[in-house]
Amino acid sequence: MAEPWEEENEGKVKKFMFINRKAPYGTIYALESLEVVLITAAFDQDVSLVFTDDGVFQIKKGQTTAGIGMKNFSPTYRALEGYDIEKLYVDKESLDARGLTAEDLIVDVEVMSRAQLADLMNEQDVVMSF
Amino acid sequence: MKFGILINEGPFTHQAADTAYQFAKAAVAAGHEIFRVFFYHDGVNVASDLAVPPQDDRNVTDNWVKLAEANNIDMVVCIAAAQRRGLLDANEAQRQGKRADNIAPVFRISGLGQLVEAGIECDRLVTFGD
Repeated sequence: MAEPWEEENEGKVKKFMFINRKAPYGTIYALESLEVVLITAAFDQDVSLVFTDDGVFQIKKGQTTAGIGMKNFSPTYRALEGYDIEKLYVDKESLDARGLTAEDLIVDVEVMSRAQLADLMNEQDVVMSF
Repeated sequence: MKFGILINEGPFTHQAADTAYQFAKAAVAAGHEIFRVFFYHDGVNVASDLAVPPQDDRNVTDNWVKLAEANNIDMVVCIAAAQRRGLLDANEAQRQGKRADNIAPVFRISGLGQLVEAGIECDRLVTFGD
């Protein structure tokens, strides 16, 4: 059965952008923010993700977390496509500063300049920054 | 204007919950509507009924409780973030077999869908945190 909010919001689609700025481990922001992204997609909203600053490490290939006793949740980013989340953008300057390229990432992304990201941000209805 | 508020940091360690409170108070005074306040990440700790700050300091939880009661503001605590951090309402405490509950009465526990709904329904969703 549909929840009341589902009926109320039927057809109402806003542009949600999630800005991921923090490393995947060390703090919980990346993990809990991914939960918001998945729920937003479940509400059939127009979702974009931006990875910038240390946030680019969230989607780096080859994460092994056994040594820190934490769950490696990076495979979830690969599952985003299944939720129709395909707008993934990465800040080029952040990649460059960390010696990374798009080849080092576990998902297909569009690498953008900060000016391009700013334009994209301007088009959004809701921006959440984690 | 219809505002949604997202609080991502815990009380006292961080000023986010205080600043959000000042913002909400000013918004209500100016005739705006606060559609919902959503507590996420360590922000869920604001809902703890058991905090006893020194008497010469502000009581972050009490501030919010009074503002919410006076203006009938919907105060929602993310259930997953709350459970992880040891914040339970009476129902959850019983269900999980815990010996106490600690959610102040004005708050309600619910899912992240409530945050997304605030994003969809509000004119502005304002985030307080790092």
